[in-house]
Amino acid sequence: MALLQITEPGLSAAPHQHRLAVGIDLGTTNSLVATVKSGAATVLPDEHGRSLLPSVVRYRDDGRTIVGFEAQAEQSRDPNNTIVSVKRFMGRGLADIQDVGRSPYRFVDAPGMVQLVTRAGHKSPVEVSADILKNLRERAEASLGGELIGAVITVPAYFDDAQRQATKDAARLAGLNVLRLLNEPTAAAIAYGLDNGAEGTYVVYDLGGGTFDVSVLALTRGVFEVLATSGDSSLGGDDFDHRIYCWILEQAGLHGLSAHDTRLLLTRAREAKEALTEHADTRITAVLADGQTIDLQLSQTTFHAISKTLIDKTLLPVRKALRDARIGAGDVKGVVMVGGATRMPQVQKAVGDFFGRPPLTNLDPDKVVALGAAIQANVLAGNKGDDEWLLLDVIPLSLGLETMGGLTEKIIPRNSTIPIARAQEFTTFKDGQTALSVHILQGERELVSDCRSLAKFVLRGIPPMVAGAARIRVTFQVDADGLLAVTAREMISGVEASIEVKPSYGLSDDEITRMLSDSIAHVADDINARKLREAMVDADSLLDALDVALASDADLLDDAERAALDEAMQALRDAIAAESTKDINACSHRLNQASEPFAARRMDRNIQRALTGKNIETL
Amino acid sequence: MTADLFSDFQQDHFALFGLPRRFALDGAALDTLWRSAAAQVHPDRFASAGDAEKRIALMAATRVNEAYQTLKSPLARARYLLRLAGIDTAEETNTSMPPAFLMAQMEWREAIEDARHGHDVDALERLSRQLRLDVRAMEDELGEALDEQHDHASAALLVRKLRFLEKLDQEIGDAIEALLF
Repeated sequence: MALLQITEPGLSAAPHQHRLAVGIDLGTTNSLVATVKSGAATVLPDEHGRSLLPSVVRYRDDGRTIVGFEAQAEQSRDPNNTIVSVKRFMGRGLADIQDVGRSPYRFVDAPGMVQLVTRAGHKSPVEVSADILKNLRERAEASLGGELIGAVITVPAYFDDAQRQATKDAARLAGLNVLRLLNEPTAAAIAYGLDNGAEGTYVVYDLGGGTFDVSVLALTRGVFEVLATSGDSSLGGDDFDHRIYCWILEQAGLHGLSAHDTRLLLTRAREAKEALTEHADTRITAVLADGQTIDLQLSQTTFHAISKTLIDKTLLPVRKALRDARIGAGDVKGVVMVGGATRMPQVQKAVGDFFGRPPLTNLDPDKVVALGAAIQANVLAGNKGDDEWLLLDVIPLSLGLETMGGLTEKIIPRNSTIPIARAQEFTTFKDGQTALSVHILQGERELVSDCRSLAKFVLRGIPPMVAGAARIRVTFQVDADGLLAVTAREMISGVEASIEVKPSYGLSDDEITRMLSDSIAHVADDINARKLREAMVDADSLLDALDVALASDADLLDDAERAALDEAMQALRDAIAAESTKDINACSHRLNQASEPFAARRMDRNIQRALTGKNIETL
Repeated sequence: MTADLFSDFQQDHFALFGLPRRFALDGAALDTLWRSAAAQVHPDRFASAGDAEKRIALMAATRVNEAYQTLKSPLARARYLLRLAGIDTAEETNTSMPPAFLMAQMEWREAIEDARHGHDVDALERLSRQLRLDVRAMEDELGEALDEQHDHASAALLVRKLRFLEKLDQEIGDAIEALLF
């Protein structure tokens, strides 16, 4: 098995300073940041020693933005300007939000994604999330005493392309270099699997504040392979709060409450839910704005009865994921519980009953995702871990195109291992047709109207031909973040059109740059100095990586190629010495181009090394 | 530059993994080969490398995954073998089928419809299991036709039949989901 040894292409030959990288769990209710310190993953607390950061952002009338516990404490007082559970709105249009009436916010429909009306202006959920991430970045940099090289940000496995892209945009807006978007259950599996040396088929049941995910993973030595994933991106602990809230309204005969009273009772509902995790019953008291007093007793039994349908709702994606993975509940070796909502005893019982075994709860369900993300960030940043492992993840929802008659043609089926690419050929249906519109969709349903529309673009300049003569190849490429890029190419003329699937809802690069420059925090940071540091760090790691590559595989280059590469490397070293951001970027770009054939040959060699001598007979 | 880019990747999917070009395949061996190839090229290994290496890694990992997914699925593998032999399986255009097969298809459809109307998820699960047994039997025939008899015409017909069964399996899955969700 010596052939299975893994090279370390991105790693430096020289002993390198530990590169600061973090994992961030950007949750609906709470967010966390974690890192690997002296080989152990650990959550970074705030200055009061608190690990969790409530995902609450308040835009105050003095112009300040406050995040976390302070904002949470003020939410009943200022519900319209205090944004909670913003994750539910990421990458969503107004039509997608089922519970508009239930939120105290005023929404405006913006292209692709809603915005919230606050006293600080219209805020996109991306901006609100960026405020949470910025807080965590500052916490991490203060605690680690340096600038972060990058972060792994977790997303629900069931997030679609729009929600993933929105999350990545938020991280960039917060000044974070995104090393990878990582699926939350997969992050949990890393933390769990590495801790427990687990082998076999595991299910991760992840019930967060606002999202539910289930993933089926095969854990073999050093490989975490996701077999199937499913979920519900608008089901979580919040919904349990809401059931209690509705029960309070019913019991007290309340209706037409103000935003303030609504927020107050939702907070009481959440407290009651948490109390019922450990106690058989709990008392709910509140004084409404008009002086009316609420005083109710809620028992666990009643709570279980009013929340049963929510739990049943989580078991449907579980069945779907098992079916997709082609296994039965009995084949599962363990069920890992993730997310604060899995603390509820009735959830643990339902999952235990379903799988016929008690679920695994030995890791803190609030922290496990952030810890897994930190472990992955540490490896991606190039800090060698003790173990090398491989993560093979999948896309949660099928990707396809609109065809004639408003039907969806699936190009990449759900649960395909990423990265993946698929091409499909189409043709024109009219004589002389010179343009073809491409409508990209995500979802499982047959009708276009039942799927999520990701983007539309038009391939123009097709030479006029008779109907059916043109050959238009549409290629879908999904990268390791689960993000899609689509290109369309007319094969006879070579006319090409491509799109990164974001303009219909995401932020353009220009918008992000503008927001970054607008942001006061970043002006104070001194954008130029930051850009120079980033360019130098990137250039250094590029040079380091090439030094390592040349040390082992220089024989793949002839003398002229080697000379050209050496020259480009020296040019970059000179630019670094001169501290010119522009020259560093230009020389890095040139060096990247010059080293591409070398990189390709090394990749070939690595695969061949891994596979040589391995065939069916020897395995 | 692109001339020698992935010189070895011009190989067919079987050659990439060093496997013989035939239908019969040891699934566990393929899994192991795929994992070791994927371990070499996965973009996670190049997260802090230069852009060129990142780009190449994405291409190489995509290529390895595509080869694996094609070979892993018996239907895709058979279709691919036939394509390598220059045979178009004509699944979209050639819909002529033996009457007995069409008859069986209608019976399947009726059984799925009945179960759907009866909201009987267990019945649908049973149908799914039965269908997967049928699929397996047909895959054995396909192996015979491709590896032993080298009968491309029969193999192409079997691929078309399997495509029908795959659609049925999808219908059962959709029906189960529609009832559960």
